[in-house]
Parts: sequence; C-alpha cells; structure tokens
Amino acid sequence: MAEAQVRNFNINFGPQHPAAHGVLRLVLELDGEVVTRVDPHIGLLHRGTEKLIEHKTYLQAVPYFDRLDYVAPMNQEHAYALAVERLLGIEVPKRGSLIRVLYSEIGRLLSHLLNVTTQAMDVGALTPPLWGFEPREELMGFYERGCGARMHAAYVRPGGVHQDLPQALLDDMWNWCDPFLKTLDDIEGLLTDNRIFKQRNVDIGVVDLDEAWAMGFSGVMVRGSGAKWDLRKSQPYECYDEMDFEIAIGKNGDCYDRYLIRMFEMRQSVRIMKQCLEMLGKETGPVSSADGKIVPPKRNEMKRSMEALIHHFKLYTEGYKVPEGEIYAAVEAPKGEFGVYLVSDGTNKPYRCKIKAPGFAHLQALDYLCRGHLLADVAAVIGSIDIVFGEIDR
Amino acid sequence: MESFFWDYGWPLIVMLLQSVLLMVVLLLIVAYILYADRKIWAAVQIRRGPNVVGPWGLLQSFADLLKFVLKEPVIPSGSDKFLFLFAPLVTVVLSLAAWVVIPVADGWVIANINVGILYVFAISSLGVYGVIIGGWASNSKYPFLSALRSAAQMVSYEVSIGFVIVTVLLCVGSLNLTEIVYAQQARGLAHMLGVPWLSILNWYWLPLFPMFVVFFVSALAETNRPPFDLAEAESELVAGFMVEYGSTPYMMFMLGEYVAISLMCALMTILFMGGWLPPVDIAPFTWVPGIVWFLLKCLLVFFFISMAKAMVPRYRYDQLMRLGWKVFLPLSLGMVFVVAFVLMFMGWTPPVGGFGA
Repeated sequence: MAEAQVRNFNINFGPQHPAAHGVLRLVLELDGEVVTRVDPHIGLLHRGTEKLIEHKTYLQAVPYFDRLDYVAPMNQEHAYALAVERLLGIEVPKRGSLIRVLYSEIGRLLSHLLNVTTQAMDVGALTPPLWGFEPREELMGFYERGCGARMHAAYVRPGGVHQDLPQALLDDMWNWCDPFLKTLDDIEGLLTDNRIFKQRNVDIGVVDLDEAWAMGFSGVMVRGSGAKWDLRKSQPYECYDEMDFEIAIGKNGDCYDRYLIRMFEMRQSVRIMKQCLEMLGKETGPVSSADGKIVPPKRNEMKRSMEALIHHFKLYTEGYKVPEGEIYAAVEAPKGEFGVYLVSDGTNKPYRCKIKAPGFAHLQALDYLCRGHLLADVAAVIGSIDIVFGEIDR
Repeated sequence: MESFFWDYGWPLIVMLLQSVLLMVVLLLIVAYILYADRKIWAAVQIRRGPNVVGPWGLLQSFADLLKFVLKEPVIPSGSDKFLFLFAPLVTVVLSLAAWVVIPVADGWVIANINVGILYVFAISSLGVYGVIIGGWASNSKYPFLSALRSAAQMVSYEVSIGFVIVTVLLCVGSLNLTEIVYAQQARGLAHMLGVPWLSILNWYWLPLFPMFVVFFVSALAETNRPPFDLAEAESELVAGFMVEYGSTPYMMFMLGEYVAISLMCALMTILFMGGWLPPVDIAPFTWVPGIVWFLLKCLLVFFFISMAKAMVPRYRYDQLMRLGWKVFLPLSLGMVFVVAFVLMFMGWTPPVGGFGA
C-alpha cells in the first residue's frame, strides 16, 4: 500500500472566536482533536499605552490604567497611584485608603464574576453567566455612583481618591453583600459538584509550582499550584494588614482548583468589603492627601482662596513634578500581580512607565498548558487562566 | 380502471392529505416548542426571553421564519454547491419522514406498518448524513471537524438506543408502535397489584427505568442537544457544521433539529409512557382525547430536555465516547439479557404479534 502523506490540521482559533475572550488569536496544530501546538498571536488590541503615558502628566496618565484590564479598572489605577505616591513620598489618609481597598475588592469581584462564569460558559454551561452578571451589573452601579463612570473610573488618583462616598452608597453596598453570597451559592450549586463540570476541569491545564514560578505566573495561577503567595498578605499595601481575610491555596494546579480559588476569593472579598464598610462608618476625614501641590483643591475652596486657585491652575496645566528616581509598585490585581515600574526624570511627565500585566505571563504558557489536551480543553484552559486583552496588548 | 382508483389512487390521496395535515400541525407545534425552549431557558437564566413579537412573544418563531426566508442565502465559493444545499434538505426531510409511523392517538397513524420502530430507527440513523454532508460541503475547517465529531457521536449513541428499543420489544412482542402502546395497557405492574385503573404504573418507564434514563440521555446525544452538543459546540467550533450556513438552509437545519427532538419526545412517550393512554384509567381522565395525553406527555419530556440544556455544561469529545461505549452500551446490553431472562423465567413472554393483535 502506498504510504499516505499525513499532515496535521492547522486551525485559526480567533480573533473572531466566541471563546477567545477578546481578540486572542491562536494558531492551533491539531492531530485529530489532540492539540500538538498552540501559538498565541497578540497585538490586535495594542494601543501603545506605555508610550502614550510618557507624553502625559502624572494625573493624565490615570485613565489609561482603566483601559488595561477593563473588567477591574480600579485595581490598575491603584498600582499606578501607589507608584507615584511612593516616588512623591506622600501619605494617603485613612478614609481614602479604606475606599481604595473597598473598590479594589469590588474590582476583584467584577473580574472573578466575569471569569468564573465565562469559564463555565467555555465548557458549555450557559446559565451561570446570566446569574453572575446581575450582581456584577449592580457592582458597576456602585462604580458609577462612586465616580460617575461604570468602567473607566479615573477615581483612584495619586494622593487618595477623587471624591468622598455618600453614606447612602455605603449602605447600599452593605445591603448588597449578603444576597450576593446567596447568588454565589447558587452558582456553586450549578458548577462545583457538577460531574460534567468536574470532568471538564479536573486535571486539565495542570501546572506544577516550579513551572509556575519559572513562567512568571502570579495570583490565582500560582496559588492554584500550591504557592502561599498573595501580595495582600505577603507585602501588605494600603490597609490590607488591618483586614481579616484568608487566602485559598490549590493542590493540583488544574483548572478546577483555580475555579475553586476564585470562588473562595469572592467570598473573602465580600468579607473585606464588609470590614471596610464598617470602618468607613467610623472613619471620617479627608479621602485625599491635603498636599496642595499634588492634589487639586476642591472646587468650593478654589472659588474662595487665591492660593487654591493658583494650585488648581498649575495642576491642570503643568501638573506636578515628581522627584527623580525609579520605583516598582505592585498590587494583587484579580488576575495576579499587576505592577507599574515608573522612572521619573524630575519633570511633570513619567520618563518611562513599564506595566507588568499578569495576563501576559499566563498567556505565554498556553502552549505548555494545552499541549496534548483536546481542542475542547483549550477553551477550558483559556477560561481558567483569566486573560483580558486590554492588559496583555496594552 | 375504477377499481384501480379506489384500490390505490384514493388511499394515496387520503394519505397525502393526512401527511399534509400532520406536517402542518407538526410544524406549528415545532414553532411553539422552539418558543417554549427559549422561554424555559430564559426563565432558568432569569431573563424574559422572547416577548416582543405578538402577545408574550408568541409569534416570535414566525418572525424568525420570515427573517430566515427573506435573507439572502450565502453559498461559500469553495463549497460544493449541490451538497451544500442538499444537506439541510436531507436533515429536514428525514426528520419529518420518521413521523409517518408515529401513532399520535389510537388509530391516528398515517402508515401503521408492523416494523414501525425499525423504520423510525433507520430514518433517524440517516439523520447524521445531513450533518456530515453539510460539514464536508462547507469546505471549511470548523464545520469539517464538527462533521467528524457528530458522525462518531450519533453512531455511538444509536447503538445504545438500539438496545433500549430491543428491551422494550422483548416485553411487547411486536415492532408495531401501536402494539407497543397496547402492550402497556394490557398488562403491567398495575394489573399485578390489583389496581388496573392506575395505568400509569403499567407503563414501561417504571419496570424499565434504567432504560428510560439511557434512552433519554441517548436521545439528547442523538439530537445534538446539550450536554452533547459537540457538533455545534460554540466555545470550540463556533457553530460547528452550521458555521457557513445562513438564511433558509440554516433554518432548515434548525427545523430538522427540532423536529428530530419532537420525534424523540414522541418515541419516549410511546415506548415508556403509554402513548395516548390516560395516566389514570377512570372517568374524568378517560374523557380526555388520546391526542391530548400524547401531546402532554411529549411536552413533559420536552420540558426535561429543555431543562437539561439550561443546567449542564458540555461533555468533551472523548468523554462523550466513553460514556456511550463504556457505560451505556454495557448497561443496555446487560438489560437486554436481564429482561429476556426475567421474561423467560417468569413465563411472561408476550404473545407473538403483541397483545392487541
């Protein structure tokens, strides 16, 4: 019999694919249904954020961070604000710090809700997204009531946060917490012990701890593999050291562990939110640094004080100068360690702003994670590594 | 000549009229089970579902029909044009053809052939051709993969469905679908317990419960419903074999799919749920016409199928094959032996030709 010429099947997965989570393009080499090579192509959402930031004042750079991981905007702003504050050497008042933590946890919930439910959708369960998006929509409502925008907040600014929160909003957040825990129970009831969901996720995309470190993973991806690593615990920033919460650690480093950790983290986020809300009830005071050279004055004050008017004019035209130096500040964003490496040359604009997006490191491991699995597992793995193209392509 | 007309011509005309009537009614019902499917799905997901076209969205399916028919059909330039259009036609014709032997009430059947169940089985097996031809003719990679998947899937579950049917046939003694219903009336658990009026206990869903479950799950796989919708797995293959289809051909695929689902509901009703028989054989229930019971039972089965879609994730290809070959096949094969053994041992073998003959 003549020897047949056998050739593997190459398919383009994305960028217009329903499970590609944005504009991911994978070139998959398939041997039957078994994936033999995964080649992620990025750059379809590249906007040159880092370069653009070099041409903006420190305050003008804030909104760019909303557009990175756009499912949890304020967590990115937070990292940037921390970097600038550390260069400037200014302190954030307690109330401002609490509000930042509050919104960071809301950001975590926003991101995890999207991720967990779409992971379920990637393995074919179409109901959890609808259940999860209702509370998610309410959270975006809290964003909107805090800063005026559902997504692109520009709320966490160097020095503190932009505005104080009204008590009614804090009350509504409090009332939101407990019903949300019930919704989480419902979603878990549909997924956690579901045989098919387990069969689709257990032992899929396994990464052991050494490999996870070697590939630069962070966040849920290393915790899933058993690392006790959470920046909120290991290097507490803001007022996380005053919060009482736990972190979950996986055993197997598979998609299912990562799902479980995200579910656990959501409950812990609610716990942190509640603590913040309690403290905010007692803590009155400014939400932003009183340093007039950095933080613009309130409008009322500007109308009455000549000095405030001058500050306002200077800050919204020239901006403020940041002392020469370089700094790396990182936060535990929902997807992992989100870092900002800021180099200042002493002018009013950053000399360089390097952004470390956790998703980038996770995406590059896709070949390692998917090789030898079936085509359907690629969707499950993409769902569980939680990629958002805003931050990967920047 | 006149006798030729009365012997052959007139029955043909009657049959054609019956077929048209059945088809019209069936398509109307399909329009509404599509609507029901979407409404049930929406309710589970805390949505409203279709609610704009007509009161409570009741005319949604007809609006969709109009939309599909009025759209321009796009045929990919690299495709095999004849096969590309032939595939949806195959799907829809085959799934409609199977209905010809389904008794929807006592005596309400177009072709009361005595190998009815074999006919249904044969026709529904051919349904896979629509998918394979469609996937291949599209000349595109995703449909092609999907076609390969569905070929393997449908064939695998066909086997266990076959054995499930065999267990029922062992109890009935006939391949005629009407006989299968009669058999569930003639004897069963209710008669043994001395409560013959409680006919719901007579039906085969109870003694053959494992087979009922196997049949239900296999029916999901056979009709490409979640959790076995691998052929059109959205998160992997975008839309599977229907990627390149649009307008009327797409509608025909969907129509064929829903007719096939309703056929499976009808089969389950006949094989396991006593067809058109009332669940309780006493006065107010027996006044209700058989067709109503038949429809109600079909809708009940459909409700479960619809709920399954809302609740479950999708199996992976290899898991699906494992379930089919390593779980269902041994189970159904084992049940064939068990049922045959019990029937022989207890002396319950049915009379040749069934009970109603």
